[in-house]
Amino acid sequence: MKGRIFNRRTAVVVFAIFLVAYPFLVGQSSYFMGLAAMTAIFAIAAMSLNLLTGYGGQISVGQGGFLMLGTYTVAVLSAKLDMPIWVTIPAAGMVASVVSLIVGLPAVRLKGHFLAVATLGFGLSIPEIALNWKSVTEGYSGLPMTRPDAVSSDLAFFYVILAVTMIVTWILLNISNSRLGRAFLAIRDSEIAAAATGINVAGYKTIMFMIAAFFTGIGGGLYAYWIEYVSPNDFTIMTSFFLLAMIVVGGLASIWGAIVGAILFTVIPHFADVYVGMTNLLIGVAVILIILFRPAGLISIGEIFRKNRKGQNTKAEPERFEQSSAKEVPDVKI
Amino acid sequence: MLKFDDLTVKFAGLTAVSGLTLDIPEGRIYSIIGPNGAGKTTVFNCISRFYSPTSGTIEFEGRDLAQIKPHQVIGLGISRSFQNVELFSKMSVMDNLLTGLHSTLSHNIISISLKLPSIRKTEVEARKKANNILDMFGLTRFANEKVENLPYGYQKMVDIGRAIMVNPKLILLDEPVAGMNAAETDKLCGLILHLRNQMGITVLLIEHDMSLVMKVSDHITVMNFGEKIAEGTPAEVQQNSAVIEAYLGEVEVDAEA
Repeated sequence: MKGRIFNRRTAVVVFAIFLVAYPFLVGQSSYFMGLAAMTAIFAIAAMSLNLLTGYGGQISVGQGGFLMLGTYTVAVLSAKLDMPIWVTIPAAGMVASVVSLIVGLPAVRLKGHFLAVATLGFGLSIPEIALNWKSVTEGYSGLPMTRPDAVSSDLAFFYVILAVTMIVTWILLNISNSRLGRAFLAIRDSEIAAAATGINVAGYKTIMFMIAAFFTGIGGGLYAYWIEYVSPNDFTIMTSFFLLAMIVVGGLASIWGAIVGAILFTVIPHFADVYVGMTNLLIGVAVILIILFRPAGLISIGEIFRKNRKGQNTKAEPERFEQSSAKEVPDVKI
Repeated sequence: MLKFDDLTVKFAGLTAVSGLTLDIPEGRIYSIIGPNGAGKTTVFNCISRFYSPTSGTIEFEGRDLAQIKPHQVIGLGISRSFQNVELFSKMSVMDNLLTGLHSTLSHNIISISLKLPSIRKTEVEARKKANNILDMFGLTRFANEKVENLPYGYQKMVDIGRAIMVNPKLILLDEPVAGMNAAETDKLCGLILHLRNQMGITVLLIEHDMSLVMKVSDHITVMNFGEKIAEGTPAEVQQNSAVIEAYLGEVEVDAEA
């Protein structure tokens, strides 16, 4: 047990060092740094979505809409009102989460596919609004903007994205491993029992939507600064589908799973885009294979190794439980 | 402690509970029995506020439950177990118990996000408490096992364990031994007495297992078709002709001997 935790911690530290060194490993190539920056932005969105969908069981097919809210909030505040980055990025999160509250208030009363359709409508409408609200968004031509002077180089802003992503990851890990994460899982597993243990189901669903939207909005804000240009084509409904695919493939209800999914789904296009249409094909195949063979996602593959290391006992475990119900009795100490 | 006054619950045309008046005193083990469909679980669901009575009131320590939302019930000191185990099946046994403590823990999002010392401290205390209950139920070795992997009898134990995490004043047990074997029933019988005698929890019990009911109950109310048909001590109820009729059918007076 102790060894396992140590291993995970080591893995995380090694991964973090790799990320810090990454720009130099790829010779500061702007293509490869862009790839990593996009991975980080998608990882933020995927982790947030996983808190909502994986932990809370609330399917959102419109998470791309919150990314776009983030990009436009930053672009409008920065390009038109000349606000500094430490105002615009939190504002991106705030705007996304306030909108999610407005969308969420009716949506938390919906379940399953009804909720999916409602959020789908949201995800579809945001790019349309961005396209047609010309006085604010400049419509189809989009909004150009610049990074703050202090972090204007690709290298410097890469580290800004990396730092924000790490902080968001840490916060989302804290939330998911806390009483809040338990409450979300409880709502997913049984709303009745959740209410009976004192969890305000509707209230917590709203909070889930808001937390997920907040961090997704921040991810969108980082994107705007990275590309230095936002347009209504940046995050379409396909982005929302990809985010869902990321958490399914990476692992539902796992923050690390969302990161794995985000990495995979930026690496696949890198190799597959040479052939037209190959990317979507590969992603589709990946989703189907995962649902068929590893419904708990790629992240669960680590558990197989852990179990194999323990020996054969694990295989016999379920049988032991079944027998125990007949033979032995819980050893109640009273 | 808990008072029903002329409680009536109707679903469309069906009257599930009709004019039920009850007074459950503190510190008792009080049982509600009756054939299937008698309205027992409906009574529980009214206390949990999943259903609202059509008419009549439920008062707990002088407070009208009609003003309360389902998730606030536990805050008054009423917790419950479920007839068809309503556990968080994909969560570990430990996490299920910890969730039982939800209503007493602080939920400041900022301090949770930053994992401030206050959160760590209360979390450690919560785990300690959960460990005590796991120990009491003999479930310690399953602490990190997913609940859905446990056999039914153990799941029922976890369900009850989750309900007593908050040190409730009143616990509602809905058929706690349904599906348990004789030995498990025996253990649970001891546990129910322990809840009342050592932990000072008032118990409201719904159960079909008559041996258990007769052994632990101080007082029994018998329901049939939504109405109270008898009440009294176990011995009184056993002798009651209306009860025998409800369970065994009408005695035909002119039947040939």
